[in-house]
Amino acid sequence: MTDKALSIENVQKDRGKTRVLHDITLSLKPGERVALLGHNGAGKSTLIKAILGLIPHEAGTIRIGDAIPGSGTARQDTAYLPEAVSFHPALTGREQLTLFARLSGQKADIEGLLSRVGLGDAMDRRIGAYSKGMRQRLGLAQVLLGQPKLALLDEPTSGLDPISRQDLYAIIDELAGQGTAVLIASHALTEVEARTDRIAILRKGRLVADDTLANLSEAAGLPIRLRVRAAQNPDALAQAMGGTRVNGASVEILCAPDQKMQALRHIASMGDAVADLDMTPPRLEDLYRHFAQEDLS
Amino acid sequence: MTRFLAITRAEMLILRRNRWLFMATLIMVLFALALTFAGSAPTGTLGVDMLTVSVASMTTLSVYLAPLLALMISFDAIAGESDRGSLALILTYPAGRGEILMGKFTAHLAALSFAMIVGFGTAGAVAAWFGGAGAESVLALIRLILTSILLGAVFLALGYLMSSLAGGATAAAGLSAGLWLIFVVLYDLGLLGAVVMDQSGGFTQSVFPWVMVANPADAFRLWNIAGSEGVAITSGMTGVAQALPVWAAPASLLLWPVLAFTLARLAFRRVEP
Ligand SMILES: Nc1ncnc2c1ncn2[C@@H]1O[C@H](COP(=O)(O)OP(=O)(O)OP(=O)(O)O)[C@@H](O)[C@H]1O
Ligand SMILES: [Mg+2]
Repeated sequence: MTDKALSIENVQKDRGKTRVLHDITLSLKPGERVALLGHNGAGKSTLIKAILGLIPHEAGTIRIGDAIPGSGTARQDTAYLPEAVSFHPALTGREQLTLFARLSGQKADIEGLLSRVGLGDAMDRRIGAYSKGMRQRLGLAQVLLGQPKLALLDEPTSGLDPISRQDLYAIIDELAGQGTAVLIASHALTEVEARTDRIAILRKGRLVADDTLANLSEAAGLPIRLRVRAAQNPDALAQAMGGTRVNGASVEILCAPDQKMQALRHIASMGDAVADLDMTPPRLEDLYRHFAQEDLS
Repeated sequence: MTRFLAITRAEMLILRRNRWLFMATLIMVLFALALTFAGSAPTGTLGVDMLTVSVASMTTLSVYLAPLLALMISFDAIAGESDRGSLALILTYPAGRGEILMGKFTAHLAALSFAMIVGFGTAGAVAAWFGGAGAESVLALIRLILTSILLGAVFLALGYLMSSLAGGATAAAGLSAGLWLIFVVLYDLGLLGAVVMDQSGGFTQSVFPWVMVANPADAFRLWNIAGSEGVAITSGMTGVAQALPVWAAPASLLLWPVLAFTLARLAFRRVEP
């Protein structure tokens, strides 16, 4: 028995002569929400398909709970939302979801699920007449069938409007709340920043980061940005603090996380010369740039 | 085990919804009726009833139409799902690949059978009403319907094979069209050429019938001809039928669906969604 919902150890995957996954090791605990980030072609979808057992991998082991990818137990326990999925245009949303429910062998509240993803009014219309976002929601509805132990969502927010994205993350939280481990491949950094527990970043098939946002920030040592607005003389202020002048009256200072308090004390000691202060910690965007674009040296 | 039935039900819905079932049945009825009336002239001279003549013309029709209708449904079965991205999703459900293929096959074969029974049945009933029918000609009609369904089954499975090999719906359509042309038209032309070239007649007498019966479309034709004297007279194809043992054509037509389905299953196993 393992307490991991998903464990991946030293997995490699080759496509022809090129290696698209190098020695990936990653695990998810029940109820954990992990974002899987990476540039186009980094290997996110490939990793997800390997976890599902849809494609074979060359080396390493993957376990869903204790089950081998593609085995009956693994399939029963896993839910999947493919990237850019579509369904047969002649079926209605209700018919399609009924098919999935029958395939999974479970009694399901089809109408309830469709209403849950906002397709309550459209469930008896043909999928051919659905918008892209509506098809995406239908895909999401089938993720909620049964109570999966692991949900793999490949770019779930692509094509969704801002409100639907909020709904989606609410649904993800709900899944996590009932103990489902959720792996979300995404390009939407600002969203995953706020809504996941952990960030994993792939670069050219290698896992270059796998930690919480706070720990990653610390490890990267990215500077905190302080913006100070001068009361009268910005040039003098810039000189006194060693920052650079930006837009008229402000001075920008970059300082390492451990220097933050010292810098703040310095600013406070200047008294009336400072009119205002803004502080921005490094965002996921900065971290992502740091980890995903760093040279492979 | 009921999982493949879930696929079957969804496929049936699709066939009804996209009017394939309606169109296929309509085509079968119209062609079968047209041939029955067009072929009704020579009844007197050959001394057989109208239903027999009708079955003979419908046999010729079915050789072309049954494979065509079958391929029209089946070419898209895997390639279409693959294009839509739903194949990857469906394969993550507990249903196995064999169940998925079997589910689709069951639905498609049921639809094809419906079109055949209604089409040939209507034409047969009309022929019997106007020109009379005997026990033998009714038997010939039933044989025609059942063998047409078998022939359809062969090409359904061959369509899945093309669909698995093609990797996309457009390529699958092209491959299926080529397959139809080869089995239904070019194969016979090739044999005809060989017979013409064959001076000694050795090939024509011993090898040719076996090569011919190896093709499911020809096996279908031979079975129907060998089965009924009346049909054989009207179609003028007795030579080959007599050169072969009686079991040859049925064996070929019964083995082909199994063979084709096995090939399709093997090809589907290798499809990476
Ligand atoms: N079917 C395939 N055959 C060959 N190579 C493939 C196939 N699918 C993906 N690849 C290659 O594998 C690598 C990883 O692709 P993958 O689809 O996993 O990227 P991704 O991280 O999901 O990118 P995106 O953000 O664009 O979805 C790429 O170099 C791609 O060219
Ligand atoms: Mg991808």
